Amino acid sequence: MTAGSVESTDVLIIGSGFGGSIPAYHLAAGGARVLVLERGPWLAAEEFDHDLRLGTSSTRVFEFVVGQGMSVLSGNCVGGGSVVYFAAMPRAPRFVFDRQGSIGHRLWPAAITRDALEPWYERVEEALPISQASWDTTTYAGGLWAAACDHAGRTCNPVPAAVDSDLCTNCNWMMSGCRFDAKRSLLLNYLPAALEHGAEIRPLHEVQRITRLADGGYRVHYNTVDEVDYRVVTGGGTVDAKVVIVAAGAGATPVILQRSEPALGTMPHAVGRYFSGNGERLNTAVIDEDKARDLLGLDRGDGRAYQAYQIGRGPTVASWDRLDGSRPEFERYSLEQLYFPPGLGTVLAQVPGADGPSWFGPGKKELLRDWKSWLTIFTMSEDDNEGVFGAPPPTGNANRFSQQMFGFGTISYEPTDNTLRGWEKSDADVREILEKDGLAEVLPWTNDVIGAYTVHPLASCRIGDDPATSALDDRHELRGHPGIFVTDGSAVPAGLTVNPAFTIAALAERAVPGIVAALRERGVQVVYGAPSPSGAAGGRRATREFARAAAR
Amino acid sequence: MEESSVERAPDVRTLTLEAFADTVIPGEKRWPGDRAIAGVSTGGGSVQAGALAVLEMPEGGMAPALDDVVAALNIHAEHHRDRVGLPTDEEVPPFTALPWADRTAVLNVLTAVGHPEKELWTGLALFCYMAFDTGAHLPTTEALAEGHPGLTLMRFETPDADGLWRFPDYSYRRPLSKLHPDTLENGSLK
Repeated sequence: MTAGSVESTDVLIIGSGFGGSIPAYHLAAGGARVLVLERGPWLAAEEFDHDLRLGTSSTRVFEFVVGQGMSVLSGNCVGGGSVVYFAAMPRAPRFVFDRQGSIGHRLWPAAITRDALEPWYERVEEALPISQASWDTTTYAGGLWAAACDHAGRTCNPVPAAVDSDLCTNCNWMMSGCRFDAKRSLLLNYLPAALEHGAEIRPLHEVQRITRLADGGYRVHYNTVDEVDYRVVTGGGTVDAKVVIVAAGAGATPVILQRSEPALGTMPHAVGRYFSGNGERLNTAVIDEDKARDLLGLDRGDGRAYQAYQIGRGPTVASWDRLDGSRPEFERYSLEQLYFPPGLGTVLAQVPGADGPSWFGPGKKELLRDWKSWLTIFTMSEDDNEGVFGAPPPTGNANRFSQQMFGFGTISYEPTDNTLRGWEKSDADVREILEKDGLAEVLPWTNDVIGAYTVHPLASCRIGDDPATSALDDRHELRGHPGIFVTDGSAVPAGLTVNPAFTIAALAERAVPGIVAALRERGVQVVYGAPSPSGAAGGRRATREFARAAAR
Repeated sequence: MEESSVERAPDVRTLTLEAFADTVIPGEKRWPGDRAIAGVSTGGGSVQAGALAVLEMPEGGMAPALDDVVAALNIHAEHHRDRVGLPTDEEVPPFTALPWADRTAVLNVLTAVGHPEKELWTGLALFCYMAFDTGAHLPTTEALAEGHPGLTLMRFETPDADGLWRFPDYSYRRPLSKLHPDTLENGSLK
């Protein structure tokens, strides 16, 4: 680029997770010039380390932002959350779309129901793809949770996942990226297909703000950051675009929009408000190995009943008995078996029956001695969209403390009685199932150390029909700012009671025809209708009618 | 107040941070007169696991703050000592001079919800904790080969020869519960 010239593109996409990659592929395939700016690094399979040392991929691709009352864990790399996620892919239950939260009317746009979203789920399922789960691929930890649920008179389901079981080694390092390309991250489907169609992806480009151009387009301002020390800004620049898609994740998208407000004009009230942590909560149990054998009949074939916490691939089963639409809102949740690696995955676990400190000290050391017999159960419930973002930090979405991963953010979150009730009921349920007949001792993770926590941040810039409580219309366009779209988890209106990646991806797929129409209005010759990144076309057929209507 | 002997001692930083780390995950004394480690547990704790190395890593971001952290911790310890009426001990820094239960009491106060310095002390405790259960300053394969106290206590499995973990046996391979009655063929609920 020569000095003084202005770089431009048709579509500038901020972020390369589900919300960015899916439009990047479709718009590039449709003929638009697409540039993706990603603040994190770009790693390939051989760079995904099996290593807990700071500075390996476990911190390079991962972000942990501590706020007031809420800590947010998310991806920070090309591929975004899909690189670090557990790839559990259930569809959101039907009742979720009728949630009202605390505002007295339906949170979701009238146009979106489970039935309306089905064809978009199908498109994503075809593209990743997602594998149907079976008992043969359910891990020991998953099997243990299923058996415990059965023993307590509950049901439990293998969870569909975007994991190729033939390639998976059950190493349980998937939060650091999948070394074996078994996890179907976006690095294996939408992103390479987008590149094939001419999209460009620039890693280590952290967008700071958006300003408006006289012709109705936008200018996107970014910093480049050092590849090792993300606190160090190495340069910066701008790109002009006709349409901007903000998909920086629910912990970052609202911050970019807040910082842009002085230049762009007033933001919708819901930008940076109504954040949901997907109602997440964890309980850790220490299993009595003899009881696992005697009560549940479990046997690994070598004399051990369980002792397999480390083995597997995150969650493989969930108990969905409380996903019952007839139950009151805020009292519906999944109970999913889960694994977190040491460090973040053990520090908040509390010592059952501790008379001293519960998360550190000698009792905690003894708890760690039994680590192989741990079982962690993940609650995803209906929280009350309590999260609010404060004034943006100088750059990025947090004041970075460490070279990578750790930072302090501006979100504050004080759980309401509704949220607390859901957590209390789910804690009681987990205890009832796992402590039955002395199978285990259970305690929830403490919220007194870093507040509540979420690996599924949502709703901080949400869709809806009501301008007072939603930032986006049902086409994901930012109210009052035509040509800016938001397609990541921040667009999801509220907690989903299940892992949200599949729903985020389906919504991003559904948003694309509307973005195509916006580009065409701005004179860009782009068409909608690309097949799946793999070339399969079944999903396209099912969404054709909606796409035609959206394009009009 | 006369000048504290603490400031003249060459190893205040080490003695203070080790005593703090030992409060997070305690270990056994390394030698009979080991003052930093309270000795309330057998085997290695955070100190032996490398807490100081983790705190000093440039990657963590804690190192530039450690002198101030040490000074502040010792002031908190002095306040606690005076409040509960413990004798002064000029041999070691004030936090290190505290009996183990009082070190724990100070740490509980500093990391409690609502404490104005909670973020700082929680952060320090988290790094000390991570030293024990991850060996965050070492490649994990190396930490395991060296018998890292935390990973060894947890019986963290060892990798294959190429340094990667694989678990070919991972499943009971049989149905272990009934499915939810509304389960669809695609695995989700209706």
